Amino acid sequence: MATATATPTGTPGPKVNRIGLPVLEYRGGKTTLCAGCGHNAISERIIDALFEMGVQPERVMKLSGIGCSSKSPAYFLSRAHSFNSVHGRMPSVATGAVLANHTMMALGVSGDGDTASIGMGQFVHMMRRNLPMIYIIEDNGVYGLTKGQFSATADIGSKLKTGVINDLPAIDTCAMAIQLGATFVGRSFSGDKKQLLAMLKAAIAHKGTVMLDVISPCVTFNDHEGSTKSYKFMQEHDEPINELGFVPSFEEIDIEYDAGTTTDVTMHDGSHLRLRKLREDYDPTNKVASVHTLMEAHENGEVLTGLFYVEPQKPSFTDLLHLVDQPLGTQPESVTKPSAAVLQKVMAGLQ
Amino acid sequence: MATGDLALGHEQSNSAVVDAQQRVVNDFSIQVATVNGSGSQSANSVLLKSIFNMGVPVSGKNLFPSNIAGLPTWFTIRASKDGYVARRKKIDILVAMNAETAREDILGLHAGSVAIYDESLNLSQYRQDVVCYPVPFDKITAAVCPEARLRKLVKNMVYVGVVAHLLQIEMSSVEAALAKQFAKKQKALDLNFGAVRAGADYAAEHLSKQDPFLIERMNATAGKIIIDGNSAAGLGAVFAGVTVVAWYPITPSTSLVEATIEYLKKFRVTEEGKATFAVVQAEDELAAIGMVLGAGWAGARSMTATSGPGISLMAEFSGLGYFAEIPGVIFDVQRTGPSTGMPTRTSQADLLSTAFLSHGDTKHVILLPGSVKECFELGYAAFDLAERLQTPVFVLSDLDLGMNNWMSDPFTYPEKPLDRGKVLTAEDLNRLGGFARYADVDGDGIGYRTLPGTDHPKAAYFTRGSGHNSKAAYTEKPEDYLEIMDRLVRKFDTARTLVPAPVVTGSGKASVGVIAYGSSDFAVLEALDELRKQHAVEVDYMRVRAYPFTQSVHEFVASHERIYVVEQDRDAQLASLLKLDLAADQAVKLHSILHFNGLPIDAESILNELVVKEGL
Repeated sequence: MATATATPTGTPGPKVNRIGLPVLEYRGGKTTLCAGCGHNAISERIIDALFEMGVQPERVMKLSGIGCSSKSPAYFLSRAHSFNSVHGRMPSVATGAVLANHTMMALGVSGDGDTASIGMGQFVHMMRRNLPMIYIIEDNGVYGLTKGQFSATADIGSKLKTGVINDLPAIDTCAMAIQLGATFVGRSFSGDKKQLLAMLKAAIAHKGTVMLDVISPCVTFNDHEGSTKSYKFMQEHDEPINELGFVPSFEEIDIEYDAGTTTDVTMHDGSHLRLRKLREDYDPTNKVASVHTLMEAHENGEVLTGLFYVEPQKPSFTDLLHLVDQPLGTQPESVTKPSAAVLQKVMAGLQ
Repeated sequence: MATGDLALGHEQSNSAVVDAQQRVVNDFSIQVATVNGSGSQSANSVLLKSIFNMGVPVSGKNLFPSNIAGLPTWFTIRASKDGYVARRKKIDILVAMNAETAREDILGLHAGSVAIYDESLNLSQYRQDVVCYPVPFDKITAAVCPEARLRKLVKNMVYVGVVAHLLQIEMSSVEAALAKQFAKKQKALDLNFGAVRAGADYAAEHLSKQDPFLIERMNATAGKIIIDGNSAAGLGAVFAGVTVVAWYPITPSTSLVEATIEYLKKFRVTEEGKATFAVVQAEDELAAIGMVLGAGWAGARSMTATSGPGISLMAEFSGLGYFAEIPGVIFDVQRTGPSTGMPTRTSQADLLSTAFLSHGDTKHVILLPGSVKECFELGYAAFDLAERLQTPVFVLSDLDLGMNNWMSDPFTYPEKPLDRGKVLTAEDLNRLGGFARYADVDGDGIGYRTLPGTDHPKAAYFTRGSGHNSKAAYTEKPEDYLEIMDRLVRKFDTARTLVPAPVVTGSGKASVGVIAYGSSDFAVLEALDELRKQHAVEVDYMRVRAYPFTQSVHEFVASHERIYVVEQDRDAQLASLLKLDLAADQAVKLHSILHFNGLPIDAESILNELVVKEGL
């Protein structure tokens, strides 16, 4: 392909990644979200992760629903096709797009309103199918574009700016995703650069549904005293369950690690995820225990972050469909249109 | 529904004896009344195909309940030497196998018709003016079917034998039909043929022919096929190279997707066992159409099929498809509404809501197949049109067309290459240096698109349902919005020139015209023949096959004094849609003939209304 920015030899150019692209080629349009919005930090980490992993921008499809979060694909990776669909229904659009071209990387951005209320029906079925894609919830507990109503991930007892108290329990999208069949499930915080970047890089290496719930404070409607999705609350209550180290397949791996304190997960593409335990005996490959831990944390009022569950080898939805290697969308007519002889045979059978 | 509308009200008379010399050959209808879930479907199919094998044009209609087992169901078979395949109101031969409805069924017959029933029902007590053939079905069945659990099914084949003997259908025709029905199942074939023969033998020994109805060999079905519209549409999609199918089961569209899946499995798996298609049974209709649009956006030929509430659920995404300009094919097999309506009854009442499906200024391209052959042809054409026009294309058939078996000429192979529309490749982009997704470069209202994965840094664009300008960037500017909305109208005018043209019959010189669409065609053609025969009145007839309407529709209206719009809905939806297009002085020419009781429209009803309205 025509590489956009070939650095002239001899002159020191900008730092490029392993496919020769500078970070600029991973950027998007100027954000129109509020200054300080957690979503902008997440966009930055997505840019870093794609750059560092050396992902070819044209090999990515960006998908989103409706809401503040769903606007964000316009703010990173302009060189990738993007589809800002309808409210809560990005999973179905993503499913169709992945089926049409399963050779690409699908990256979905949703919000807590877009996912946990109007989009719950599609969300759970996408998790269940283990569709190969990265699904990020930029989770701030409120509807931003309609000026600050509670969403279904708002914690019970949390308070709106107007003083309204939320009296319904929060939906834990991570616990649901694990139970339903997603194979890479974690929670992070937009303010935790290191954890989020490592999680995103590992997500890129995963084949199957990645579900990341990223707490992303809304500076305008939900960053006050009494909110459980504020910067302050997260800084005080963020309880990482493990520390993520990621060694991509194209880097030398340091074989040494302490099996007693660290879990090593070999990803589908040969890269390694090193999870240093911060909580005794937490096993991110144990489905039942991971859901149990999340439920327990709710009881204790803790906000757990980290990688909760990973199952790198489970067949994805496209594996189960036994698709041909070439994308369905660009199959030639010689493959997709049966011959005249075939029609003749069908007609003969109906006589 | 009981049989209220299925037969004329009876006239009690004492003339029990019917003149058997007055022969009625190859022109009558049979109604089999059974209970659903009793396995009568295959017996009815064998009976229909036996008549077909006699070379006699035949059609079958299944009037079934929205239920799995235990409720009344009726199957009507019409034999017509003239090739009429529309529903006939008048029933000539009743096979009463359902004790619960038997009394009502026989009371609904006209004088001189025939009733075949289980002797225990003693139906002759209700009618002296109907030829009665009591048959001891259980006794006959028990003798040929030792296995008690199979008797319920096999019993149906006994009536096939009785009817075949009475109508003088050759046993070889029945055997051929059975052989096809039970292909590769020799044991089942033997058992069922034994039952047919036992029925025929009983009739030969114990029933003396007292009715005039006969099937005589003709040569009018040679080379014809029998297929239902849903299978035909599925076949069309497969030959159009569909690659992504997303659906949610709903009657009466389910069998369209199931047929598609069958054909895909047969013809679209590589030697390595890999699929060149993906089928997803979605969580609901919202997801089904979402998947269709996601796939269409990424380059696949994608489709869904739905009915009733399903098409309503697809409204929001349909608007996205229209505004973001994404191809996809949506089959809507219409059933009665509103709401759940009568899920197993036919209708044409989705036309208006589909034409404008979704909020805002949305309008869609709709194809209207009028036969099983057109289910195949328009099912195929829909994919070319969707990609050419970059928009969702709806194919509206109905339960009558979709789920019933119809005789047809074999389908013709579409030799023309697939039209994949305006798609730019990386090479194109190298040459052009870039592109504006929603610019009207060619003046036909259709922009150029790229597919995700196109290997060029300028290939990407941002697809959205929000306001966008010609470069696909977000906008709230009035002039940008107007540019897009006006161009979409130009694109719709381009569609007008690409959709299938109407089919016109008649000299073109009549003062009266009829306009109809879809499955009404058969009944309209028959009604117009009768009008000519009975009243010596010639009428021109235009069957529209698509929305937007082509210019020829305007010309047809302009060249006639009065136009009768025949359709199967309450609110004159086709007439309303036509009136939106017509000038005021033309719109007043339109009068409606409406049929909307859930049963397929029949010629007699159309004829009666035409006669009254024209004062003949």
